[in-house]
Amino acid sequence: MNIEVEVNGVRYVRQVDPRQLLVHFLRTELDLTGTRVGCETSLCGACTVLMDGLTVKSCTQLAVQADGCKITTIEGLGHDGRLHPLQEAFWEEHGLQCGYCTPGMILAALGLLKEQPDADAAEIRRGLKGNVCRCTGYHNIVRAVQRAANLMAQAPQPQQEREQADDS
Amino acid sequence: MTASLFGKSIKRREDPALIQGKARYTDDLKLPGMLHAAMVRTPYAHARIKSVDTEAARKMKGVAAVYTASDIETSGIPGVVPVGWLLPGLKTPPHRLLASDKVRYGGDAVAVVVAEDPYLARDAAEQVWVDCEMLPAVTEPAQALAQDAPQLHQEAQGNIAFDWELGDSQAVDDAFNKATRRVDLKLRNNRLVAFAVEPRAALADYDASREKLTLYMTSQNPHVHRLLLSTASLGLPEHKIRVIAPEVGGGFGSKIPHYPEEALAAWCSMQLERPVKWTATRSESFLTDTQGRDHHTTAQAALDDQGRLLGLRVKTYANLGAYLSTFSTAVPTYMHGPLLCGAYAVPAVHCNVIGVFTNTVPVDAYRGAGRPEATLLIERVMDLAAQECGLDPAEVRRRNFIPPESFPYATPLNLEYDSGNYQGALDRVLEMADYRDLRQQQERRRQDGKLLGVGLSTYVEACGLAPSSVVGSLGAQAGQWESGEVRVHPSGSVSVYTGSSPHGQGHETSFAQIVSDRLGVDISQVEVVHSDTDQVPFGWGTYGSRSAAVGGSALAASTGKIIEKGRKIAAHLMEAAVQDVEFRDGNFMVRGSPDSAQPLAAIAGAAHMAHNLPEGLEPGLRATTFYDPENFTFPFGAHLAVVEIDPDTGEVKVVRYLAVDDVGQVINPLIVDGQLHGGIAQGIGQALYENAVYDQGGQLLSASLLDYALPRSHHLPSFELDRTVTPCPHNPLGVKGVGEAGTIASSAAVANAVIDGLKPYDIRHLDTPFTPEKVWKAIHGGE
Repeated sequence: MNIEVEVNGVRYVRQVDPRQLLVHFLRTELDLTGTRVGCETSLCGACTVLMDGLTVKSCTQLAVQADGCKITTIEGLGHDGRLHPLQEAFWEEHGLQCGYCTPGMILAALGLLKEQPDADAAEIRRGLKGNVCRCTGYHNIVRAVQRAANLMAQAPQPQQEREQADDS
Repeated sequence: MTASLFGKSIKRREDPALIQGKARYTDDLKLPGMLHAAMVRTPYAHARIKSVDTEAARKMKGVAAVYTASDIETSGIPGVVPVGWLLPGLKTPPHRLLASDKVRYGGDAVAVVVAEDPYLARDAAEQVWVDCEMLPAVTEPAQALAQDAPQLHQEAQGNIAFDWELGDSQAVDDAFNKATRRVDLKLRNNRLVAFAVEPRAALADYDASREKLTLYMTSQNPHVHRLLLSTASLGLPEHKIRVIAPEVGGGFGSKIPHYPEEALAAWCSMQLERPVKWTATRSESFLTDTQGRDHHTTAQAALDDQGRLLGLRVKTYANLGAYLSTFSTAVPTYMHGPLLCGAYAVPAVHCNVIGVFTNTVPVDAYRGAGRPEATLLIERVMDLAAQECGLDPAEVRRRNFIPPESFPYATPLNLEYDSGNYQGALDRVLEMADYRDLRQQQERRRQDGKLLGVGLSTYVEACGLAPSSVVGSLGAQAGQWESGEVRVHPSGSVSVYTGSSPHGQGHETSFAQIVSDRLGVDISQVEVVHSDTDQVPFGWGTYGSRSAAVGGSALAASTGKIIEKGRKIAAHLMEAAVQDVEFRDGNFMVRGSPDSAQPLAAIAGAAHMAHNLPEGLEPGLRATTFYDPENFTFPFGAHLAVVEIDPDTGEVKVVRYLAVDDVGQVINPLIVDGQLHGGIAQGIGQALYENAVYDQGGQLLSASLLDYALPRSHHLPSFELDRTVTPCPHNPLGVKGVGEAGTIASSAAVANAVIDGLKPYDIRHLDTPFTPEKVWKAIHGGE
């Protein structure tokens, strides 16, 4: 089947097997390997991406379901060589160790902060419960998301434009 | 000069690639002409294989090959994965790459399919027909040891792999004769799934023209994997194998063992002369990654009237699963038994461990590996001793601690604890928690019908198994030293090669801090290279909290050699005596004459140009150390958990978690605290949520994240950490190790807190995990 998707601002037209999972499409067809497979059952969140501005677990979406959609992966964050505030905050607060869950965690946090820009620690914990991290005990992830929320409140324009585009 | 960053919380240099999705894990790699492997596993935990029909699968379009055990046998390779630690009388039934006669657990593979595409490989695997005769299965040691139990291996009658003991049984008998009080405990340490978020994977690339195999794989110890691939699995000479662990997404012990699948991917690539990738599905990870713990223990402690421990007797049945995994034999014995004294001056201890085969996934190291099992036991014994003697749990610990002035302290279990101040750590955590106030709160809450529990765990652990001669005498088929090479380039920048193999621990940062500090070189000029057997000298890898203490010390020793050689060159150039030249802040200078200062870069340049070197001195400036520690290191600490228990639902919530750890000198506090956070979370997971459960037929019931409960963000509080610093006296950095401390301590702290919280119901002991169902039943009675 032919699909047309916009990933990180770039349009792609590709022929895909109807059973191909979105995560495999991103990883093998587009070589965007930052989106990872952890459980194939939507329970660990390593494969989280934004699809038309909403967080989805790309291991339980078919590529064909993304036809006509705009997708943001970890490779699409940051702008003009600058890190996205979430990336910066995860680095600053040591919000990652092995890094495998991190792209999904950052995308899930982005989805959360869009809904609740001033989420407190308990809300962040509830909002990220669909994403498993086995390394950090979540302690520094929560701190990172809080720091990012502060940074994003004063975020420069281009970042916000980018996110609004995702919402459209 | 460069300000030293040793001991500073600097941001990790690993992170920019990781946070931008640019880091490459094994499954992210692609090679031209790459094929994909899928395993064929039977659904039975115990069955005789009658036939394997591969014809339909072979005929499918896009299938390159289907192999069974007979193909491997025909190829003439050794074809096994061996155990790496021998014990007296150990039975070692073979573990073949593919099962040939029987399958012995639900993940045993009988065939491998190789195809052009991973989806196709799995389709074809479903077309392999395995005709089996189902056999009765055993999943628990008690069943496996029964008279008429089904037998897994003809080489291990009675399903017993080993019967091991440690300590002085007579001395323990004498202690019980003297004792006025005693404590009895029966405890099951629940079986756990490691769950590294990155599943295991391998990408094998065999170049027939050079007869060289390159294997990218999810490994905590690439040289160990190369050695075992060469000698036990493939029969390919070691120098013809290059193992690379690219980015590795967590291990927690599960990426130490040598497994069949990685070796099969390599063998398939050798057969087909094309790259072959295998990546575990999560279901396969549950069914084949080695699991942890699963001890079935009875213990008796002898006490005096004052609550002092006089003796301890422990008997453990260790469920080993279906085969002996690489370090499966060491974990319940030498990693467990010697730690049973904990932080206490127990004069007499005896421990007997029986390793039992069952039709379950093989058990091996999981974060802490034997030490959490010992800690949970001794810390439960301390709380029961407090109860028996009518003492507060903090007081009974105080009465039993090894006092700070007795270090180095020889335990009755053949360890020499290096340094410690156990009471100091406990005092600090009690102060942080405002312990007295907590106990008063608890009393008030109880009067209101609310359950608050407070639990302590004052642990000591052993890191960096050593020295090699001792572990060798105990049966290890491995050394436990580590390699560290420092190369100072002609321009003065530095490359560092370590045999440690990080998978999230941040060695690229903390090891650069060590070398930058020692050589006075800006950290930006230091690169750390690891996890590639063709680049790095042989090393033993990352596990057992050994990297800083052993790998870091190797690097520190190498920088010392660099400085020594640099002094000779500098003295020669300065026309001074070597003993008059000192190295300070990155400069060589004649003592008392700062004007003579020559930076390391200048001396490195001179060493490489070799235009004017002292007579007999070789050119170049590099040093390699194979550092073999003289002893383990013994980190310790005091953890305190506060839990709320809802008597109506049985739900337990950790509301506060405080920890004071002493891991010796700290290289990077940010990284050290991160290790503790993650470790604590894993221990809380064991105490409250995680449990690998098999049905009677040997099916793993908790084989997905729907049934295996991991701690998630909303389950946990933020952690309140502090530390004391008691340097390790026998390594050059004074570091002790931190990778497992949190896990070793926290299961016991939470267990003690929950049982403390249930005191109004007269509950003496419950086994982990404290699921709502279990707690509710304990409160309300009934089965």
